[in-house]
Amino acid sequence: MSDSETPATPAAEVVSRSRAKDHSPWNWLLFLPIVVPLITPLFNTDSPRLFGFPVFYWLQLAFILLGVGTTTVVYQMTKKRG
Amino acid sequence: MWQDHLTEIIIFTVLFLLVSAMGFIAARWRAPKDINHLDEWGLGGRSFGGWITWFLVGGDLYTAYTFVAVPALLFGAGAAGFFAVPYTIIIYPLVFLVLVRLWSVSHRHGFVTPADFVRKRFDSPTLALIIAITGIVATMPYIALQLVGIEAVLKTMGVTGESTIARHLPIIIAFAILAAYTYQSGLRAPALIAFVKDTLIYIVILVAIIYLPYKLGGWGSIFDAADAKFDASPSPNDGITLNANNQLQYITLALGSALALFLYPHSLTGVLASRSRDVIKRNMSALPAYSLLLGLIALLGYAAIAAGVTPLPGATEGTVDNNTVVPLLFEQQFPSWFAGIAFAAIGIGALVPAAIMSIAAANLFTRNIYKEYLRKDATAAQEANVSKITSLVVKIGAVACIVFLDPQFSIDLQLIGGVIILQTLPAVALGLYTRWFHRGALVAGWAAGMGLGMWMLYQIPNPATKRAHFGGSAFPLEKFGFEGSTRTIYVGLVAVVVNLLVAAIVTLILRAAKVAEGIDGTEQDDYFADEGDPRLVPSPRESAEVAGEPTEPAPKV
Repeated sequence: MSDSETPATPAAEVVSRSRAKDHSPWNWLLFLPIVVPLITPLFNTDSPRLFGFPVFYWLQLAFILLGVGTTTVVYQMTKKRG
Repeated sequence: MWQDHLTEIIIFTVLFLLVSAMGFIAARWRAPKDINHLDEWGLGGRSFGGWITWFLVGGDLYTAYTFVAVPALLFGAGAAGFFAVPYTIIIYPLVFLVLVRLWSVSHRHGFVTPADFVRKRFDSPTLALIIAITGIVATMPYIALQLVGIEAVLKTMGVTGESTIARHLPIIIAFAILAAYTYQSGLRAPALIAFVKDTLIYIVILVAIIYLPYKLGGWGSIFDAADAKFDASPSPNDGITLNANNQLQYITLALGSALALFLYPHSLTGVLASRSRDVIKRNMSALPAYSLLLGLIALLGYAAIAAGVTPLPGATEGTVDNNTVVPLLFEQQFPSWFAGIAFAAIGIGALVPAAIMSIAAANLFTRNIYKEYLRKDATAAQEANVSKITSLVVKIGAVACIVFLDPQFSIDLQLIGGVIILQTLPAVALGLYTRWFHRGALVAGWAAGMGLGMWMLYQIPNPATKRAHFGGSAFPLEKFGFEGSTRTIYVGLVAVVVNLLVAAIVTLILRAAKVAEGIDGTEQDDYFADEGDPRLVPSPRESAEVAGEPTEPAPKV
């Protein structure tokens, strides 16, 4: 999408330096925790229960870990080195 | 009567006074050279690191109202209320992707509000004004709702009175204190208080989710009790899982709420106050701890069913106030000293977001109305001063809403607020990626989305409260002409899709007609700028003080 931006005219020498800084392919991984919690057929049942929690509840709470996991991975893989 | 709740009231009052003292001391915490600058008062010097940001943003997004209203939803309707969990999961990857760009461009240009960004990006004070007014209008009822959270607690403690003024005196005092220390300390006050608030909430919830199942026969029987209640109720849309009618609503509400939440000015204030891109990104991995907390709090609604809690009567004859179920649950199940701590956690939990929201609304007024239209040459100190005074006005307005109007009015307005703030998505969120949309088209899209959203909300009845209009955010597809459909969909998401379509079509028309597009004041590279960036667009104060030390690790002094 950013390709449609009008490239800036001044300071052209520094523009190229950090171009693509947040265009890492790892970012696509973040769509996983955005999409999966919205697929209701995945979790809209009662059994099997876990510690008394129906699937609907424990699986959605488990998606929190999916969110934490993916953001951590993407952060580690995209952060500036040095 | 309140005499029966003496222990609770004493603990509540002591903790409340403690955080009030902290609020005043906060002005000296991480003291700036000069607090009379909007960056200092309104954004805490843009210097917050990982921990402070975690507590601040967590305290900001998960409000007292959330903690009271979400379990009330589960208590009343079951699974549909659990949308709060997916909603708060998907918000963090969105922030990770989108808001770091806003942080960077704001850091480079010294933006304080989303409308500042829109003005520069689209070269349109009119569009910025629309964004600012939308933000203020959406935030005001949200502040008022924090008072609803406090009132639910006060009601449970028996602090009520005969006359309107007597009944509301405690929250008037609480908000007067809050207003005073926000005026003095700015964003530093809620940042410091958030530590106490969240610590209390974490303690209370950890105890509650271990102790309550132990007393009520385990989580299994809590869910069974809820299941039995919904089976017996005549309503077709409740139950401990979703049904064919409300799944679409669940999905669209979770997605729409997540998109709305990160467009709210107060979320942006929390994000802009952090020190670097790194701080924000790391926080997106740590903030979901609050989602876990929220999920567990939500389930307290079922615990209340299992414990046989009957909600207190509502403001009008014959209604019940479901928002009182969690306070009542604590009251019935815990010793009074612990209930006092729990009530204080909810009460203080209202203060943090209320402070941040009023600061965010005040910043919008100052930057995008006062400086833009009333006094173009305002100095940084004048800006800070106007913001401080506006934050007082905003809080007085919120208290007036609760005291003089039916609290239901604030709840309705907040519902509308979520729908209208979503209409800023094309300009603010998509604007961070592309300038393809024409500024005039964004105004047209906004107007279309607002109009449709209002019409849809107006069409929704609520049989439970016997209201014909503004009865909720679940729009029956039947009214769109899907004959016989019983499914519902979230109004906000439909409105923003129409908004985008109109904006796209009008963009093509305006471009074909060669209407001037204005000049983009930002550069591609601005969206990746990080702390210590040597190319900050300096504000007058910094050029005087910081210009000589661009390699300073702290972004601003």
